[in-house]
Amino acid sequence: MSKVALVVDDSKSIRMLVSKVLREAGFDVLEAENGRQAMERLAGREAVQLVITDLNMPIMDGLELIRAIRADAAQRFTPVVFLTTESDDSLKDAAKSAGATGWIVKPFHPEKVLTVVKRVVA
Amino acid sequence: MDFDVAAFLDAFFEEAEEHVQAFEHGLLELERNPSDREVIGSVFRAAHSIKGASGTFGLTGVMQFTHELEGVLDLLRKDSLAYDAELAALLLAALDVLKELLASSRAGTPPPAREAELRARLEALRAGPIAGVVAPIDAAPGPKRARSVVVRVEPLPELFARGMDPIVLLRELYEMGVGGAQVEIDDSDLPPLEELDPELCYLRFRVSMETAASEADIREVFTFVEGLCDVKVESEGPAQTPERAPGAETAEKAAAPGERTAAAGAANATVRVSADKLDKLLDLVGELVIAQAMIVESLRSPGADHALRLQDALSAMERNTRDLQESVMSIRMVPLASVFGRLPRIVRDVSAKCGKQVRVEIEGEETEIDKAMVELLVDPLTHLVRNAVDHGLEAPDERQLAGKSQEGLVTVRAFHQGGAVVVEVGDDGRGLATELIRDKALRQGLIGDDATLSDEQIHELIFHPGFSTAASVSDVSGRGVGMDVVKRNIETIKGSLAVSTERGAGTRVRLRLPLTLAILDGFAVRIADQTFILPLLSVVESFRPTRAQVRSIVGRHDVIDVRGVSTPIVHLYRVLGVPSAITDPCEALVCIVESGGARVAVLVDEVLGQMQVVVKSLETNYQRLDLLMGATILGNGRVAMILDVQALSKVAHGTAQSLMTRGSARQEDLWLS
Repeated sequence: MSKVALVVDDSKSIRMLVSKVLREAGFDVLEAENGRQAMERLAGREAVQLVITDLNMPIMDGLELIRAIRADAAQRFTPVVFLTTESDDSLKDAAKSAGATGWIVKPFHPEKVLTVVKRVVA
Repeated sequence: MDFDVAAFLDAFFEEAEEHVQAFEHGLLELERNPSDREVIGSVFRAAHSIKGASGTFGLTGVMQFTHELEGVLDLLRKDSLAYDAELAALLLAALDVLKELLASSRAGTPPPAREAELRARLEALRAGPIAGVVAPIDAAPGPKRARSVVVRVEPLPELFARGMDPIVLLRELYEMGVGGAQVEIDDSDLPPLEELDPELCYLRFRVSMETAASEADIREVFTFVEGLCDVKVESEGPAQTPERAPGAETAEKAAAPGERTAAAGAANATVRVSADKLDKLLDLVGELVIAQAMIVESLRSPGADHALRLQDALSAMERNTRDLQESVMSIRMVPLASVFGRLPRIVRDVSAKCGKQVRVEIEGEETEIDKAMVELLVDPLTHLVRNAVDHGLEAPDERQLAGKSQEGLVTVRAFHQGGAVVVEVGDDGRGLATELIRDKALRQGLIGDDATLSDEQIHELIFHPGFSTAASVSDVSGRGVGMDVVKRNIETIKGSLAVSTERGAGTRVRLRLPLTLAILDGFAVRIADQTFILPLLSVVESFRPTRAQVRSIVGRHDVIDVRGVSTPIVHLYRVLGVPSAITDPCEALVCIVESGGARVAVLVDEVLGQMQVVVKSLETNYQRLDLLMGATILGNGRVAMILDVQALSKVAHGTAQSLMTRGSARQEDLWLS
């Protein structure tokens, strides 16, 4: 069975980077620029194996996305990893209580993505 | 894994540019509205985004700088810092440094000299570091000898609801053990099946292993389940060196990859294309394939309606090809906003320098134009706007005396007009001083004192090389780059410009630009057996002149009288050396073409009509030729030359000098027979 990951970030460069790492790790990768697009990508799908999302995004931010995923019948148990920066401690707590599984602190080395993926994806 | 982040640098720099623009835009907005939360938020986000990505791509210099910038903006966001003139100046200076820093990172050159100073000033303002700059943390040297460790893992029932599966944690522990680990499951909390909620976790685990990993390493595994999972680590055997407090985040603070440069990236220009446009393109290609299949099919199975079907297929193909062309063209189109966005800043800087109060109004920034042209428009527009503020607008007291508001107005407008883009830069200032321009032109010998010029012709003189009316050379304009450079730049991109002015009410410079340089709306004409293309934009009218309209001026060239205006005739057959064409204007046709406000009558044998042509560069494929701006290939496979109207106009009118002084005979050999 192929593994599917969804990468959500309004920054194209970060999205491309994370997606490439995941593809090399054997994931089929979906991409979205914001939370709303992410939910559109997930609509009608079986549970994906991983969502990696930025928090700070226009239209629908990462926190809302995490809540929406946890409220979605198909995706509620999907591991969700968010991208954050060190200065965003309050956001991190908010994301955790919204139901995030793990996080990656920016700036990160591409290897870090794999370490975290291994830690949250069964 | 050796991961090459360089591949993503182009995307990063493109994005950074957008953030920089948002940043700049926000700062200027704040000048007007210092307490606008939303704007402060957007400025903060711009710095924040650049910082986040730059670190990831190993651009440490950019990251450190934006880190300080972000810190200051964070204070602003939290109202711990007031937005005042000093801060505004600092942020704008920081913006400039950031731009240079990005450019130098991209080019692989050393960072700008001011970077360190600005960074120090930002840091000083921030007074005391907020959450630290990313710095490598030396991993505490833990014991490296294997010992027996028992880890008790007791998850809360709600663990699954956070997307976490305990099997992942167990697996990671298993991999730490020398020869794996032994996992015992405690299922004493497991309820009978009928009461079991499959969405809750009822199991507890006891993992025993031989491992060299420190307690911190083991606790690291549970970083994400802090508060969701009770973890106890018991070790037996060799005593451990005391652990540092197991900071959950230590591992996150991995050193950023080494500073990299991206010299290679700068050359690869890219265009952002919306997915919609790509989908449309794909659709059209699909249609084209179908049309082609129809043609093949109708040729293979000739029947009674064979010709009809072929015709249908061909017309479908023609339609698709046209749509495809439009669609591909539209991909190269970008809104002018990227150029217009820089103008308010320029106005602000210039007006501050010359002590004027100026408001900018920008309209039509969504107007789309070829990407290549956008870049070439930056310099001319910058110059026009500087000029409007520096020369066009009066000082506040002078304005008051004239009964105007003290605040001057600079308007920049763009819109589509008949297949061209028009950009206007206007001001409500004093208008051009016709006499001053004339006097100065006289002094500089640009015109003779016997020259009789209309006001319009005098105003055009401001585009003459070396002409500047500024009474004194100010810091702002008058640095030797004048309107002539603007004119040359605009003509390079096949545009034209015209100035209109009203004394005391203002001046307006109007640029007329083609949508793209790659495809031209052409007006095909025939001379003898050759076809030539005139840019349709420049064609005003064409007709067969009557004998009364044509006059010969001795020692000069023929002119044609078009509704009272004498227009010089260019005999194309003579200029281009085409034999056996019609030489008598009254037997032939004239096309009146316009360039830069000047009209020329071009003599041709026949008008063939309009067509779109793909412009092929002569420089690339052959060599540069005067009077020709390129070539194209016609439907019948023959090559047709595209005439350069600007050059034709110069031939006919000569330079400003030869026209005004009536002395110079430059290029006259071209029309004297």
